[in-house]
Amino acid sequence: MASEVRVQRSPQAATAALIEIRGVAKSYTRGEQQVPVLTDINLDIGRGDFVALMGPSGSGKSTLLNLVAGIDKPDAGAIIIAGADITRLDETELAAWRAASVGFVFQFYNLMPVLTAWENVELPLLLTSLSRRERAERVEAVLALVGLSDRMDHRPNELSGGQQQRVAIARAVVTDPLLLIADEPTGDLDRASAAEILKLLDRLNLGLGKTIVMVTHDPRAAEAAHHLIYLDKGKLTDTSPFAH
Amino acid sequence: MFFLKLVARNALRARLRTALTVLGLVIALAAFGLLQTVVQAWYAGADAASPTRLVTRNSISLVFPLPIYYRDKIRTIDGVRSVAVSNWFGGVWRDERNFFAQFAVDSPQYFAMYPEFVFEPGQWADYLRDRRGAAVGRQLADLYGFKVGDRLPLRGTIYPGNHEFTVRAIFDGRDQGTITRQMYFHYDYLNEFLKARFPRGANNVGVFVVDVDDPARVADIARAIDAEFASSLAETLTETEKAFQLSFVAMVETIVQVISGVSYIVIAIILAVAANTMAMTARERLSEYATLKALGFGPAFVARLVLAESLVIAAAGGMLAMALTPVAAAGFFDSVGRTLFARFEVVPSTYALQAAAALAVGVLAALVPMLRSARVRIVEGLRHVG
Repeated sequence: MASEVRVQRSPQAATAALIEIRGVAKSYTRGEQQVPVLTDINLDIGRGDFVALMGPSGSGKSTLLNLVAGIDKPDAGAIIIAGADITRLDETELAAWRAASVGFVFQFYNLMPVLTAWENVELPLLLTSLSRRERAERVEAVLALVGLSDRMDHRPNELSGGQQQRVAIARAVVTDPLLLIADEPTGDLDRASAAEILKLLDRLNLGLGKTIVMVTHDPRAAEAAHHLIYLDKGKLTDTSPFAH
Repeated sequence: MFFLKLVARNALRARLRTALTVLGLVIALAAFGLLQTVVQAWYAGADAASPTRLVTRNSISLVFPLPIYYRDKIRTIDGVRSVAVSNWFGGVWRDERNFFAQFAVDSPQYFAMYPEFVFEPGQWADYLRDRRGAAVGRQLADLYGFKVGDRLPLRGTIYPGNHEFTVRAIFDGRDQGTITRQMYFHYDYLNEFLKARFPRGANNVGVFVVDVDDPARVADIARAIDAEFASSLAETLTETEKAFQLSFVAMVETIVQVISGVSYIVIAIILAVAANTMAMTARERLSEYATLKALGFGPAFVARLVLAESLVIAAAGGMLAMALTPVAAAGFFDSVGRTLFARFEVVPSTYALQAAAALAVGVLAALVPMLRSARVRIVEGLRHVG
């Protein structure tokens, strides 16, 4: 049976779906066996929503996140984001689409260790046509947004985990993308740092209207989201909207 | 700008590993340059040969002499400007380790053909006057400290006996490429010695050096000379001076080829070392490359990043090696090369070979890691722990 869920933000911000997932299936080959990871997923995520994907290990939540982020391709189905079916894009088109439309926040920050906080944040802007001055203005603005204006010349190894994740968030939003993809953003952080990051994500969502799709195991992180989506054995099982 | 900054910082990230790889490259490329210089040095004599000079020898072997009266017959052949005799002497000065070439020549004719040997007029006249006079090249004089007026006793090996010469002239090379690491004396002295001690060996010469009027006709003239003595008791083989010199190199060509082969094996070894370094580097950074690709950078950018880092390391090693090679060559020449080679210089083509080898190592070492990094699936790369 197809798993179909429609998720929309709190009523005051609810708009048309930004992400439409239609009949998506994905399996991996292990030896000679095909192991299904996602089966006939149907899901809408509204523009400006903040969704947490939860589920046990191997449930397919990270795979679903990767598909929505355009860093993996489904075996079947369509993923329509802002009207464009990204499953039809080739690698080059997909890379350009990601550069323009998606901001990534990873569990282990994935910053370039040889670059300063400033240079890491500037990185996605190098793929745009912005001038050096425009890039500098944007980098300054987002570093101020995440509260790291005084650490812009520090390299990742000179920053705490929480600060590194804030740099990663600044890098994710500097291009003003449609969509933020967060894969266990608090998974490597202590409780205080995790709370700061969640507050920051909430601010990006509520203040700047960013659509956020987050995978997490952490119930506290999930509470920051407006909707929870549960996956189990590759199928959507439940959604729980939070009053926010 | 950003790209270069990223490449430079990446290259300096594992400083010890980069330093050791560069050191390996320096040693290997300098060794390659040194071995190539040894190979070049073998051919130095042939490179200095004149296009207008032919050498006529016995067609059977150099060991067999030619009658001296051939000189007059060769002189009559159309296109021949002059003919001189040259006879290998093979004497030993003090110790067999002090090897240098000695030739008995008919000096006025012979040196007229070799304008690259420059005599001081007074010394030239003294040399011609003294039947036991010796003309010594500058490189040889510098090597063993010979001065004009010195006694120069040689123990004959081909022509047994003690032969006493006096250094009457020290000649210079016209340019840097001229080899002056040999000694000449008068053929008349040798011939008279033979007449007195070994009459059957007298009136023979090792080779004739033939000067021709037109370099374009050397092949025809060589054929004409050999035709003149066809079916005689001592048939001749005439070839250009360069071919004649190369025939000596051919005697040790296997050794030269082995040296050349070893030089390329050294490059192959350092290629494997550099490839291993780049493979390790790229493997450790797979998650960074995947992150770059996730952010929208294409596979070509990632490939260029790996290639550029490899080229930076190879270029550093190559440039240091090229700077070090002349120093190593000078050290080699001073310690062991002087008795073997008249000239031992790192020539521009050797530097070009070193640069090409460094470039090849840089490109080939990066090839597999470059392809792997460019092709890595983002989701796999992000999972990778370096």
